[in-house]
Amino acid sequence: MKTVLTTRNLTLAYDRTTIINDLNVEIPAHQITALVGPNGCGKSTLLKGLARLLKPKSGTVYLDGVAISKRYPRGVAQRSTKDVAKRLGLLPQSPVAPEGLTVRELVAQGRYPHQSWFQQWSKDDEQFTTQALEITGMMELSDRPLDSLSGGQRQRAWIAMALAQNTEILLLDEPTTFLDLAHQIEVLDLLYDLNQSQGRTVVMVLHDLNQACRYADHLVVMRQGHIYAQGTPNAVMTEAMVSEVFSLKSRIVPDPITATPMCIPVTRRWLRMST
Amino acid sequence: MSVLVILAVAILVVTVLSVGYGEYPISSIAVIKTLLGRSTNNPDYNFVIYTLRLPRVIIAFLVGLGLAIAGTILQGLTRNPLAAPEVIGVEAGAGLAAVMVIVLFPSIPIFFLPIAAFTGALIAALLVYGLSWNGSSSPIRLILVGVGVGAIASAFTSLMITFGNIYDVSQALVWLSGSVYGRSWEHIQALLPWLIVFIPLSLLGARELNTLSLGDDVARGLGSSVEWQRGRLLITSVALAGASVATAGTIGFVGLMAPHLARQLVGTSHEGLMPTAALVGGLIVTLADVVGRSLFAPIELPCGVITAAVGAPYFLYLLYRNRNA
Repeated sequence: MKTVLTTRNLTLAYDRTTIINDLNVEIPAHQITALVGPNGCGKSTLLKGLARLLKPKSGTVYLDGVAISKRYPRGVAQRSTKDVAKRLGLLPQSPVAPEGLTVRELVAQGRYPHQSWFQQWSKDDEQFTTQALEITGMMELSDRPLDSLSGGQRQRAWIAMALAQNTEILLLDEPTTFLDLAHQIEVLDLLYDLNQSQGRTVVMVLHDLNQACRYADHLVVMRQGHIYAQGTPNAVMTEAMVSEVFSLKSRIVPDPITATPMCIPVTRRWLRMST
Repeated sequence: MSVLVILAVAILVVTVLSVGYGEYPISSIAVIKTLLGRSTNNPDYNFVIYTLRLPRVIIAFLVGLGLAIAGTILQGLTRNPLAAPEVIGVEAGAGLAAVMVIVLFPSIPIFFLPIAAFTGALIAALLVYGLSWNGSSSPIRLILVGVGVGAIASAFTSLMITFGNIYDVSQALVWLSGSVYGRSWEHIQALLPWLIVFIPLSLLGARELNTLSLGDDVARGLGSSVEWQRGRLLITSVALAGASVATAGTIGFVGLMAPHLARQLVGTSHEGLMPTAALVGGLIVTLADVVGRSLFAPIELPCGVITAAVGAPYFLYLLYRNRNA
């Protein structure tokens, strides 16, 4: 298995609160990886760390063996943040655009790392922007201000911005938050298509375990800043895991449509009824 | 582009009207003739126009330009529609420094006033940036600290005014209200170098500003060196605001209003927004000056009073509109 992103003894902290402690993870290339875990387990922090947004307390993040985090051992090759942005795109959790910004203006921002002081808007920039708008189905809405769109359309516009960046790796922090079920599936299907047709590596934080099992090739389960388990959904999703990580009693059954593991919580109401 | 042309025409019209208006009225045609270097049959026109009136009109325009760009940058940087040089304490800092000089050293040549004002603006800005920077500076922190520093500066200004000599204080108060009265070519010479250096730097920063206005995480993800770009743009903004305040006192609300009006005209993208806001700012102050001179003539209202009279309600309107944000 080829890996693109790896961390070595990564420790991430906000001020003095350590969130991620001495963590090693390898993200497989050309696959979809889902980071799951209970609230506050550090999955979003890990994603930010992978995207070199946080300076590690210690440890290093490597992209193809080259250090990209601000802290790295002596003698290790390091890449500039703009070069990293040509290979790795990030969509943070619920980003906010300035009032009145149009979809096209937002998507064009994805071209930032490909431009420079003397080289402004190029043919490539135009082409990738148009392509991103088409793939996400945002072409007809491209001149509309973002604040006039529905949550699902807005999220698609942000994904289009990340696509215009034209990176092999896409990191997304809960790309389905605040979306209704139909829009959640729409966004996840879009990411799946991108992975399948263009071989892009997708890493995303997801809350819904069943969606994670359906879409991810590789599942990383986190608990209290550590990796509890990782591997294929089939190997990782067990009743014992859900019980230990989420403190939740559940049954794991095959998904009736995809046959991937599906977690059915055992709720108190049901327990009372059965006794 | 057409918006810029219309604004430029509007500014020229206001300039001609403003130069013609006064106790010694000159017809618009005579003003245009004189400005184009054609001879008119009245030898006084050259003196009245070139020595007395044109410098103040040009100053009004340039000061509006500087304040508007300073405000546009601050609003983009802080992602806050209420940000402006007067909101983050820059104008208050400049005001305090100037009043301090007037009250403590009444005999000092008037020439030192602009330098003091600029220094005050810079200190206020560095203080705000220093206090709000903790590893990485968040927009909300910047505004809060700015309001605090501004309040402290205003408090000290009041203190100065309370203890100062009555004659010096009245002079300081006129300066504080923001006026282009009695400005000459010398003032233009002092202001122009700042604009020549920092306006191009602002325009070159437009694309960075677009990226920064998407938020720190998105900007970092796109490969922007966020802290460095923010510091650079902040200094540009302070330099423009400081130089403007140094020249004409605290003309408030221009840096707040101009970017908003420009956004209505050309949208959010800073490549178009910056030059449009600049011209809108220039138009506002030139207009405010001519209105201030004519409203209660022969009594002259400082143009800062006019911009505040229009700007303060506008600020309240913005507050009302952003009440849920």
